[in-house]
Amino acid sequence: MNARKKDSEMTDQATRAAGPVPSPQRAVRDVPDVPKEPVFTTQDLNIHYGDFHAVTDVSMEFGKNEITALIGPSGCGKSTVLRCLNRMNDLIPTARVSGEVRYHGIELYGPKIDPIEVRRRIGMVFQKANPFPKSIYDNIAYGPRVTGMKVDSMDDLVEQTLRRAALWDEVKDKLKQNAYGLSGGQQQRLCIARAIATNPDVVLMDEPCSALDPIATLRIEELMAELRESYTIIIVTHNMQQAARVSDRTAFFTVKVNETTGDRTGGLVEFDRTTTIFENPSDQRTEGYISGRFG
Amino acid sequence: MALLTAPTEPSSVGPPLSLEPSSRRLGEKFIVALLFGAAALAVLITVGIVLAIAGPTIEFFRQVPFSRFFSTEAWAPNFVPDGFGVYNILAGTAAIVLYSCMIALPAGLGAAIYLNEYASHRARRILKPVLEVLEGIPTVVYGLFALAFVAPLLQEIWPTFVPGKLGDPPGFQFVLSAGVVLGIMIIPTVASVSQDAMSAIPHGLREAAYGLGSTKMQVATKVVVPSAFSGIVASFVLGLSRAVGETMVVLMAAGAIANLTLWPNDPVLTMTAFIGRTATGDVGFGTTTYYTLFAVAALLFVITLVVNMISIALVRKFREVYE
Ligand SMILES: Nc1ncnc2c1ncn2[C@@H]1O[C@H](COP(=O)(O)OP(=O)(O)OP(=O)(O)O)[C@@H](O)[C@H]1O
Ligand SMILES: [Mg+2]
Repeated sequence: MNARKKDSEMTDQATRAAGPVPSPQRAVRDVPDVPKEPVFTTQDLNIHYGDFHAVTDVSMEFGKNEITALIGPSGCGKSTVLRCLNRMNDLIPTARVSGEVRYHGIELYGPKIDPIEVRRRIGMVFQKANPFPKSIYDNIAYGPRVTGMKVDSMDDLVEQTLRRAALWDEVKDKLKQNAYGLSGGQQQRLCIARAIATNPDVVLMDEPCSALDPIATLRIEELMAELRESYTIIIVTHNMQQAARVSDRTAFFTVKVNETTGDRTGGLVEFDRTTTIFENPSDQRTEGYISGRFG
Repeated sequence: MALLTAPTEPSSVGPPLSLEPSSRRLGEKFIVALLFGAAALAVLITVGIVLAIAGPTIEFFRQVPFSRFFSTEAWAPNFVPDGFGVYNILAGTAAIVLYSCMIALPAGLGAAIYLNEYASHRARRILKPVLEVLEGIPTVVYGLFALAFVAPLLQEIWPTFVPGKLGDPPGFQFVLSAGVVLGIMIIPTVASVSQDAMSAIPHGLREAAYGLGSTKMQVATKVVVPSAFSGIVASFVLGLSRAVGETMVVLMAAGAIANLTLWPNDPVLTMTAFIGRTATGDVGFGTTTYYTLFAVAALLFVITLVVNMISIALVRKFREVYE
């Protein structure tokens, strides 16, 4: 590998190939037993798609300025739970949510709640990078514009946001170019930047790295570690190492099969500090999944 | 990599390995030839039409100078004294296109946005087929609709909206009634082509927009419409071309007076209506009137060609920005 140079001196390609690779090990953080200040609290959360009972009885808390990872086998309802935290499920006509979801104590599915206001505070990053077919600049400026955010200088906001997302040096000379010209990893970081441009309270991420190579993945993980200082992050991931590396707490979901009816439904098995889940899980299913024997 | 199992030995029985074509695939070659023929036929027919129009058009300009055709002199090709000022019927076409597009383009785009972004499942299930039925109604029925319903209605409300001398109600054939009805007629075309373009944009874009806290209106105007822009332009051009080329409605409802005007209250003759009205069989072959038909047809052809070329350029230009 080349010696490290300053980002700005390198071409785009070189940055991706030889950029500083963050260490996969991170400083161990003190994680209290239960979240000190829960951002979300769910109580007996149940989610249906039409007649299909996708998720049953999820009760958990998501702590402020923590990274919570949701793991579990495919189809166990991780995305479903995640999308109900910013009311994205409202876009699916058949989806129905019952039970309680509180956001800073406010019932998210209360009668007076406007899902648009909810989503303005709770940003989302999707599995597949989905930048708008607009310039890099306009992608970042989109959120502040539609939310009517008061900004002194949009240029400054775009720069700051891109810097926070560790993307500035790579794109500063092509802000007016179409975002589709970026690499997959850059596009995903742009989507993260776009999500934080409005300064949301929470960022939800649904398998944000599943389409990326290991280096791009590590960059995003590094970014998450930095963002944790100012945001609450909830991430769905299939990558055990990733959950272990970045998260403070981990929730393990699985598909539960009703013995008598044969109905399948997703549910929470175990929720604890990440270190506990990975080193000393209390449920056999968790242990099996983590060690790769099951799921 | 090491985990991959080695490929199993090919079974010892069976024919030896051969990678040569197992048959001569004549059927496929035949079908390809047939498909090529179909594509070539379309090109040949187009060339044929151009040639068929070109000959008589050249002959027309031998008899009537360019400067008389492209002029504002009266339009009276089969009268004495004759007049060939095509601007009169060009204006008729322009007026019809103006009013019909003023209705069809915004309404068609609006309908597409509604169908794609706002309509409930049920509303869409009802409205889409209705639009398709509207597309299938024969134009002559629209012509009757203009004469029997829209013209009287406009005559009645005209004086309330237009003051003074200009407020005199129109006769029963005039630009606005034909334009309005033609516009209504074109709405379904614009709407369905635009909506197809909108429904083709990736779901992820819409999710991204909603995830950032966009309202439905913002999703529609800032993400869906710009992303579907080239399809929307295509729908507009299609609508415009139909307005330029439509004959029956204007023949029935716009009047038959070649009139250098865009005023909604006036009767006009469009280029298509002139051809439709004149080419009835009693035009003598080889007369100047006969050649005039072709000259006007050639002009129509050129106009639609230019419109299409502009649209292709537009789509190209915006592709650069939006893909
Ligand atoms: N829009 C939908 N309509 C109907 N059923 C759905 C819908 N979305 C998800 N489901 C069902 O709900 C269950 C949970 O799906 P979900 O996408 O939440 O799983 P997941 O844990 O995110 O899986 P993966 O790891 O594969 O992304 C699955 O059985 C799925 O088939
Ligand atoms: Mg999922």
